[in-house]
Amino acid sequence: MLSPAILIPAVLNGLLTGAVYALVALGLTLIYGVLHIINFAHGALLTAAMFAAFFAYQAGIDPYVAIFLLAPAFFAVGYALQRFIIGPASHGDDRNMLLVTLGIAVVIENALLYAFRADTRTIDVPYAFQSVDFGFTFLAVPRLVGFAAVFLVALALWLMMGFTDMGRAIRAVAKEKLGAELAGIDVAHVYAVTFGLGTACVSIAACLLIPSYYVNPSAGNAFVLVAFTIVVLGGMGSVPGALIGGLVIGVVESVSSLFLGDSLGQVGIFIIFIVVLLVRPSGLFGARA
Amino acid sequence: MRGFGPIVVVVAVLAAVPLVVHSNVVLNFLVIALMIALAGQGWNILGGYGGQYSFGHAAFFGTGAYVTAILQMRYGVNAWAGFVIGIAAGALAGAIIGALTFRSGLRGSYFALVTLAFAEVLRIIASVAPITGAGVGTLIKLDVRAQAFQFQSRAAFYWIVLALVALSLLMAKMIERSRFGTWLVAVRENEDAAQALGVDAVTVKSAAMVISGAITAAAGCFYAQYFLFVDSGIAYGTWISIEALLTPIIGGVGTVFGPLLGALVVKALGEGARLLTGDAPGLDLIVYGAVLVLVIAFAPRGLIGGLPRARRLLTRASPVEAAHG
Repeated sequence: MLSPAILIPAVLNGLLTGAVYALVALGLTLIYGVLHIINFAHGALLTAAMFAAFFAYQAGIDPYVAIFLLAPAFFAVGYALQRFIIGPASHGDDRNMLLVTLGIAVVIENALLYAFRADTRTIDVPYAFQSVDFGFTFLAVPRLVGFAAVFLVALALWLMMGFTDMGRAIRAVAKEKLGAELAGIDVAHVYAVTFGLGTACVSIAACLLIPSYYVNPSAGNAFVLVAFTIVVLGGMGSVPGALIGGLVIGVVESVSSLFLGDSLGQVGIFIIFIVVLLVRPSGLFGARA
Repeated sequence: MRGFGPIVVVVAVLAAVPLVVHSNVVLNFLVIALMIALAGQGWNILGGYGGQYSFGHAAFFGTGAYVTAILQMRYGVNAWAGFVIGIAAGALAGAIIGALTFRSGLRGSYFALVTLAFAEVLRIIASVAPITGAGVGTLIKLDVRAQAFQFQSRAAFYWIVLALVALSLLMAKMIERSRFGTWLVAVRENEDAAQALGVDAVTVKSAAMVISGAITAAAGCFYAQYFLFVDSGIAYGTWISIEALLTPIIGGVGTVFGPLLGALVVKALGEGARLLTGDAPGLDLIVYGAVLVLVIAFAPRGLIGGLPRARRLLTRASPVEAAHG
């Protein structure tokens, strides 16, 4: 059996990684909760944001500072994608929406491949390998910062959803689209804002990841498949579900790769994914379909 | 046999091509386009007629390709037998995935997601499992004999893949005209209403998935014989999931000729992009993604669906007739 001295750090590290997974999943679940489609462009947008954070660092901007530039920029990107491409192109048909997001993903991912080739890049921040001594274990600084940032973002989103007019409009559209429209809410605008928020979440996740991770044109995919699992586990459209699901999956991955090695750790996640989808597609926190 | 005329004509015209064209480059292009048309026809049975959009048809393509290759190389099975078993394996994969997903009521986004996940799981397993050759892949030994399903001339491969495409066209046409096809379309248009009228939606969708898996697996089997090499990124890669759905959607989703037309157009566009800018990685896929979005935006019923509309616009005789058309 594994001793607690190995298991406890694995669990803690899993929680820290899981928080960033949760942020990616938060964007996905937000979009699903309102638009009722899965955004297959989520991974490509994450990769694009990681490249943006990489080049921001090359231009001398620290990734944690870049959050304040990239989050608004990617909000605008997401808003424009939904308002001017996904919305008009899909003629209000969900199946078309899925295909359009898939098409956008293919374009973004391959445009990055075309522009930057398949090379893997990393940045070299001074704090990348710093860690904090907790007595029984060491935890890396970038991961601790990421963990804290994710909860700040979740708090900000929760406040926005609960206490602003936009938040109320988003919740109204999520619940009853036609009714919201009749009450004078501009549904196309709300859809686009939601898509923008989801994309902004992804850009923040990218800034939190880049100090301790690498970027290449398919880097986002690994996270997004995990994010799909989290969203399905936590319940599509559920924000607390995404947070808790993210932490659970982070721990599962970390512990199972102790036993099985890295590549099969991923398979473990997928098996959870398929089992949850088949047994309880509404997830742990989702409403019954 | 009314309605089968166009299939006979199209196949006859295509069959004559190698008699006129001797360029290996052109034949190679057509072989690949036909192979993709075959994969796309598989997707079309389930997605086009049945409305179940799979994002992971690589699961079937890859299963066909690996089963053919592994049976030959590890178990000494004859290539033609391997081909047939590969197709059966694709049907079996369709039956398993169909049973799991449709019985638990997955639709729409969820169905797309779970098919994508199955393809990914298979890809990861194939990239580490010893039987598939793991990261190295499986090479089929060169043995240029007709018994080994290997030919010196491209034309032979061309006629074989054309015969498979012809069979898939006949199957699509027969499904279209059958009671089963009507059930399938009813499920696509409104599953709950179809169910209320006594259509067993789960069984109908599962059967479509089995046929779909078999046809797309045939494309995978053909790939293995044509290129004599399979690895996890090729067999279970996202490229084939995307091309399999792209071709019917561009050509005309839920139509007999949609996948064939779409495959020729898509492959021509990909080649065009490559010729214009040199062989840069990712460029053909950028074109595919953009075309996918544009077609959905401006011709949601594909090129075939767009044709009657264009004809109506051109030949609009009187406002009255247009209003009735």
